[in-house]
Amino acid sequence: MTTQSASKIDFSKIDEIIQSYGAKKSNLIAILQKVQETFRYLPEDAMIYIGTKIDGLSPATVYGVATFYAQFSLEPKGKYEIKVCDGTACHVRGSMPVLNAIKARLNIKSGQLTTDDGLFSLETVSCLGACGLAPVVVINEKVYPQMTSDAVKLILDTIFQEEA
Amino acid sequence: MNIDIKLEQENAKKHIEAQGLRVLVCAGTGCVANGSLKVIEKFKELGADVSTLSDHDKVTIVPTGCHGFCEQGVLVIIPDKDITYVRVKESDVEEIFESHIKNNTPVERLLYTDPHTNQHVHKNEDINFYAKQTRTALANCGHINAESLEEAISVRGYEALSKVLSENNPDAVIKEIETSGLRGRGGGGFPTGRKWRFTAANKGEKSYVVCNGDEGDPGAFMDRSVMEGDPHKLLEGMAIAAFAIGADEGYIYVRAEYPLAIKRLRKAIADAEAAGYLGKKIMGTDFNFELHIKEGAGAFVCGEETALIASIEGERGMPRSKPPFPANKGLFGRPTLINNVETLANVPVILLNGSQWFSSFGTETSKGTKTFALTGEVNNTGLIEVPMGTTLRKIVFDIGGGIRGGKKFKAVQIGGPSGGCLTEEHLDMPMDYDNLIKAGAMVGSGGLVVMNEDTCIVEIARFFMNFTQHESCGKCVPCREGTKQMLKILEKIVAGKGEMEDLDILEELAIAVKDGSLCGLGKTAPNPVLSTLKYFRDEYIAHIKDKKCPAGVCTAMKKIVIKEDLCKGCTKCARICPVAAISGTVKNPHVIDQSKCIKCEACVSACPFKAIVKE
Repeated sequence: MTTQSASKIDFSKIDEIIQSYGAKKSNLIAILQKVQETFRYLPEDAMIYIGTKIDGLSPATVYGVATFYAQFSLEPKGKYEIKVCDGTACHVRGSMPVLNAIKARLNIKSGQLTTDDGLFSLETVSCLGACGLAPVVVINEKVYPQMTSDAVKLILDTIFQEEA
Repeated sequence: MNIDIKLEQENAKKHIEAQGLRVLVCAGTGCVANGSLKVIEKFKELGADVSTLSDHDKVTIVPTGCHGFCEQGVLVIIPDKDITYVRVKESDVEEIFESHIKNNTPVERLLYTDPHTNQHVHKNEDINFYAKQTRTALANCGHINAESLEEAISVRGYEALSKVLSENNPDAVIKEIETSGLRGRGGGGFPTGRKWRFTAANKGEKSYVVCNGDEGDPGAFMDRSVMEGDPHKLLEGMAIAAFAIGADEGYIYVRAEYPLAIKRLRKAIADAEAAGYLGKKIMGTDFNFELHIKEGAGAFVCGEETALIASIEGERGMPRSKPPFPANKGLFGRPTLINNVETLANVPVILLNGSQWFSSFGTETSKGTKTFALTGEVNNTGLIEVPMGTTLRKIVFDIGGGIRGGKKFKAVQIGGPSGGCLTEEHLDMPMDYDNLIKAGAMVGSGGLVVMNEDTCIVEIARFFMNFTQHESCGKCVPCREGTKQMLKILEKIVAGKGEMEDLDILEELAIAVKDGSLCGLGKTAPNPVLSTLKYFRDEYIAHIKDKKCPAGVCTAMKKIVIKEDLCKGCTKCARICPVAAISGTVKNPHVIDQSKCIKCEACVSACPFKAIVKE
C-alpha cells in the first residue's frame, strides 16, 4: 500500500475533474490523466471513487484501465520525473549506459520507481519521436538531446545543487 | 458563412508579403530540445530595430514545424536570401543579424558542411539531404508558421475542401482516391479508396472518421512532424474524408508522448472552427464536421485500429476480432473510417493535383511518396520523403550521407518492431509495400534504423522482442506467452548460454505466435527474429557455439584483459575498479579476476598506457 491515506485525498478535486470532462465512460482515460497530474499518481481511493461515480463503470474496470496503460502510475512519482528514451534509435546510440549512469548517481535499484527521498523517479519509455537527437532523456517535459553518461551526471548534479 | 477560398488565399499572401523579410526558425520537438525557443526570442528582440535594413522595411520571425533535419538543429531558413543555417545557438543570432540580415554577408561558419565534399552549402535545396527528396505530405512542414491558419491558407490550405464541397459529389471524391492508388501509410498498406468505399456503403444515421495518430513504433516520427508542422493539412484531409463517407464527427487519437502535437492540433481546430472551415455549415454549405482530440495513455497496441476504438471508448485498449470491420461497426458501434495521419495528409494534395499526378510517383503497386524516419548510425538523421520504390542505397548513402565515422554498413531495421532487417543485398531493391514483404520486412510506419558493424544483430532482435513482449496486451495466449518464451530464449543466447536447438524452437514459436494472434502486433512480433535468423544466422551461431559476440556488444561474452607487456603497474585500474576485481603489486603487471569483473570498462578508460582491452 502507498503511504497516502484516504483522509488525505480531496474528493472535491476529483469531482471537479469528472465534471470538467463529463461523467461519461468514454472520458475515463482523460479523467485519470488529470487525476494523475493533480496527485502525481493514481491513489487507490481516487480510482474507487471514480468507479462508483460514473455510470457503466466499477472500481474494477477503472483499475483495469489504470493498469493497462503505461502512463498511469499507482505509486507516487518523484518531484523530478526522469524518462530515458529506449526507442530503437536511442538504443542503438547508447541509451543503456546513460540509464546506468543515472541509476548509479541516484542510487536507485532496478525495479524501483522513485528514490527514497521522493525527489526523483526513473523509468524508460519507448520512443519520444526525437530520434534525430538520440539518445534523449526527458526530465519533467524538458528534452535533453544527445546524452552521454557524463552529460547526464552534470544535469543531475545541477538539480542536486538546486535542491540542497 | 460563404468563403471564397481564392480571395482568402490572395489576402493571406498579401499579409505574408507585408511581413517583410521572413526568418523561419524551426520550432519542432527536436529543435525546441536544442534551444530554438531562445533563438526565436533573440531574433525577435533584435528584429524590433530594423531602421538600418536596406532591402526590407521589417523582419518577421516565423516559428515553423519540423524540417526533418533534426540532428542539425536549430535550423534557421531565410528564403529571401536563399540560405539555411544549421546548429544555430542563441549566441549566434546577433552575428546572423548584423552580418547577414543587415549587411548581406552570410555567416559561413553556420552553413551546412557536406560530409563528402567538405564544402559549405548555402541553399536548402542544395543540401543533399533535401535535394534528393520529393515532399508532398511534408511539403509545407518547416516552411510555414505551424500555428497560423492564414499561412496554411496561403499555401493552398482548404482549397481542396472548398473544391470538393462546391462540386458536392462524394462518390467522385472516393473515385479520385481509388484511382490515385493511395495505400494506408500506417503499416498495413490497405488501399485507402477501398476503405472509404466500404465505409460509405454503410452510411446510416451516424458515421465517424478517426485519425490514427498513435505513432508508437520506436524510431518513427513522421506523423508527429505533420501534426506539429502542418496541422491544417491533416484537418482538411479528415474533413474531405468525412464528406466523402457521410460522417459528421471525428476523432484524432494522439499519443500522450507528443504534447506539442496535441497543443498545435487543438489550436488548429479552434482556429478552423472560428473561420468556418470546420464545425457547423462548413464554408457556407450544409456539411457539418465536428472534430475532437483524444490523448492516448501509452499503449503501443492502441495503434491497432480496433484497440484504438476501444481506447477512445474509455476501455482497455485491446483489439477486437474482425469481422465486424470498423467500416461496418466501429466507434460506439457505428460505421467508422480509420486512417493514419500521413494517409490523410496526402488526401488534399491528391485532390488538388489530381490522381494522375499522384500515381506518376512510385511503383506499379505502390503509388505516391512515403516518409521515412532515418535514424541510427547514419550521417544525416532525420525525416525524409521519397517516391515509393526508392532504393535503400539512395536513402542511406545519398540522402543519409553514408555511415557515421566511415564505418561499414551492416543492416537496416525497417518498420520497427513489426518489421525486419534488410542487408547489403537489398541496397538496390526498389522499396515498396510488396518488395519489402517479399524480403521478410514491411514498410510499417516507416522507421529506418541504420546499423553498422558495431551493432549486435542478436541483441537488436532481443531488444524488439522485449518491446513487443512488454506491449502485448495479453488477450491472445500465443502472443502473450509466445513472445515471453521467445524473449527468454534470446536473453539466454545473448547471455552466452544458448544451445543450437534454441534456434529451432525460436522458429517454431515464431510461426505459432504469427498464426495464433488476433491483431497486427502478434502477427508481426516475430518478424525481427525471423529476418535476422534468415540473414545473420552465423551471428546467432557465434553467440551459441563460440560464445562470442562478433560486434563486441553482449557484455556476458565480453572479456576485459590487461596486456602484460603494456602494463606498467601504476595501480590506477585497481583503484578505480568498483568491485575490486583487479589485483597486482606496484610496478608489476596487474590481472583481472574474470569471476568478479562486471565489465563496466572503468579500467579501460582509466589506464594511461592503453594496456587494458576488450576481447
